[in-house]
Amino acid sequence: MTRHPRDGRNGRNGGDGEDGKNGMGDTEGTGGTVGTEGTDGTDGTDGMRKDTRQRLTAEGLTLAYDRRTVAEDLSVAIPDHSFTVIVGPNACGKSTLLRALSRMLRPATGSVLLDGQAIGSLPAKKVARTLGLLPQSSIAPDGITVADLVARGRYPHQGLLRQWSETDERIVGESMAATGVAELADRYVDELSGGQRQRVWIAMAIAQQTPLLLLDEPTTYLDIQHQIDVLDLCAQLHEEQGRTLVAVLHDLNHAARYATHLIAMRGGEVVAEGPPGEVVTAELVERVFGLRCQVIDDPETGTPLVVPAARRSRTAGAGTGTGTGTGTGAVAGGAAARAMAGATAASAAAADRGTRPPA
Amino acid sequence: MNASVHESKSGTAPLAPVRGATLRTRGGLSLRVDVRAALVGLALAVVALGMSVVLIGTGDFSMAPGDVVRTLFGGGTTIQDYIVNELRLPRVLVGLLVGASLGLAGALFQSVSRNPLGSPDVVGFGQGSAAGALTVIVLFQGGPNEVAAGAVAGGLLTGLGVYALAWRKGVHGYRLVLVGIGASAMLSAVNGYLLTKADLVDASRAMVWLTGSLGGRDWGQVVPLACVCAVVLPLVLGHARELRMLEMGDDSAYALGVRVERTRLVMVLGAVVLTAAATSAAGPVAFVALVAPQLARRLTRATGPNLLPAALMGAALLITADWAAQRLFGADQLPVGVVTGVLGGCYLLGLLLTERRAGRI
Repeated sequence: MTRHPRDGRNGRNGGDGEDGKNGMGDTEGTGGTVGTEGTDGTDGTDGMRKDTRQRLTAEGLTLAYDRRTVAEDLSVAIPDHSFTVIVGPNACGKSTLLRALSRMLRPATGSVLLDGQAIGSLPAKKVARTLGLLPQSSIAPDGITVADLVARGRYPHQGLLRQWSETDERIVGESMAATGVAELADRYVDELSGGQRQRVWIAMAIAQQTPLLLLDEPTTYLDIQHQIDVLDLCAQLHEEQGRTLVAVLHDLNHAARYATHLIAMRGGEVVAEGPPGEVVTAELVERVFGLRCQVIDDPETGTPLVVPAARRSRTAGAGTGTGTGTGTGAVAGGAAARAMAGATAASAAAADRGTRPPA
Repeated sequence: MNASVHESKSGTAPLAPVRGATLRTRGGLSLRVDVRAALVGLALAVVALGMSVVLIGTGDFSMAPGDVVRTLFGGGTTIQDYIVNELRLPRVLVGLLVGASLGLAGALFQSVSRNPLGSPDVVGFGQGSAAGALTVIVLFQGGPNEVAAGAVAGGLLTGLGVYALAWRKGVHGYRLVLVGIGASAMLSAVNGYLLTKADLVDASRAMVWLTGSLGGRDWGQVVPLACVCAVVLPLVLGHARELRMLEMGDDSAYALGVRVERTRLVMVLGAVVLTAAATSAAGPVAFVALVAPQLARRLTRATGPNLLPAALMGAALLITADWAAQRLFGADQLPVGVVTGVLGGCYLLGLLLTERRAGRI
């Protein structure tokens, strides 16, 4: 099963390498996005994997809920074909940033650009064919089956007279297969376990066939085995289908292990970004989370592994700590540390079994 | 899953066993039809029309269904023609349209608020219309047309007021219901006050109107109501697919490219207009809007707002209730609102009992 987003369009794109880009403009587009793409391409060759272009960027964002400002003058760029993970302590604005990137939250100032155009000015369905989002909370309608729920992911590709094409059917089938929920197709979503349900929602997001997929804390409320399971699934989507993934994760060690690009935030600002191997250092963790720690190599993957300092040495050294914002940071860091102890063992086990949980 | 769940025309084994039958053309058009929902809708339409014929034949001058149908198509005697086409047909048409409007409005509201209790009569639109009508009856002693206009104005104002009060960077379902219940409580106080101010004749007129009745309806009520339905129905059905997506939560709907606030505004407006029009024609007929969508849903077993089945269920319910109100109590003809009120009360009790058994209350 090596489906690629770009062949989901019935060959309409021909040899063009821009995933779904032409498809995106197929009904209402006036060629604007395609044109933009041509002009801002730095290397001039379309569809090269190596390029460092960014289809999704944010410039000078001020993000606020009602009167509470979460972030000011925030700029990020999501590298194409990366698995970008946003980390940071609670209330650092990482979920808010994701909401802005997915046009759920309109920035007070600044703009989010998708293919060079302000995302808020693009037609909603057109955006939904390029940029998908797995929100933190979704409601499964009463009495819906897995297949019907996954099929709803095809909505942005459908219309009044194109309600259920063969392409839709094929892609829904493939999405269920890719997420390992094909056997559950006839089951009611209400009957599933939390881990299975999350896979179904991911299947729905995949069926949307967007080259960019944003995930807001996809592992929340899952036990450690299913957390690893979901992250493995994301990594697989990223590697096999070449999708750009952006996820908000709580667990720094998970982030370091799975991300190809890490964005560390604190107090509404991006503190550091880059490959986890370069970004995750003891100094950075202390700066971002206010947690003294050691960073060692993960014995499984060689990625950075954050080991919080023992309680005694932390309390002894508290006076020399950063002093600001350590309250929430320490809590988050502590939680990460506790989760971590089980994480390595469980993930090793998951890897041995080939990532599928027992149904 | 039911038997009619999957019929794929492609011949090969389905990759995705989704509900319903698919029709596809070579040109790339495809339609998905929920067979069970379509059959339920058809059955409800047959019941509604059948009961209409029976209802037209019912009364002091009773007629066999065959005679009624012949007269409807212009084959009756002069007397039959007068009784059927001038006296009873308008009443039945008002009943069908009011039932359908209320059923549809209820389905829209319950879907938008994601709450089976989020129906227009619970969230105060009915009370708003009543306040408008009572104002006209009690303070201005207006005639039937003025009363209808007052009801429409009251319903629309209440609907817009509730929507505006519930608005805070978007309208959320539970806030809409809570604000609506508050509005309903205040308006019923206003209505009580107006009734105490009324003299005896006005008060008894007001009480009949408040119960909801189809008695004495003529073509003057049919035409405006039919016009409202002709405008609102296509508009609302055209947005039905968006509404289905909204069920999954605002974030999911946004992610799929649904214009969430716009859809919600269109749907709430549609529900308000339908309720106001129906109430102005027949008074605040209780519980149809609350019950019809839920019953329709039980029958179709389909997810989604079930808009058409709910409308057809509303029409069938109201016509049947009107027949019962005319026949079951001997010579005393009851206003239809009494019967729907009793039916609705039973439904509500049943809902509470089953929810309680399921441990949700």
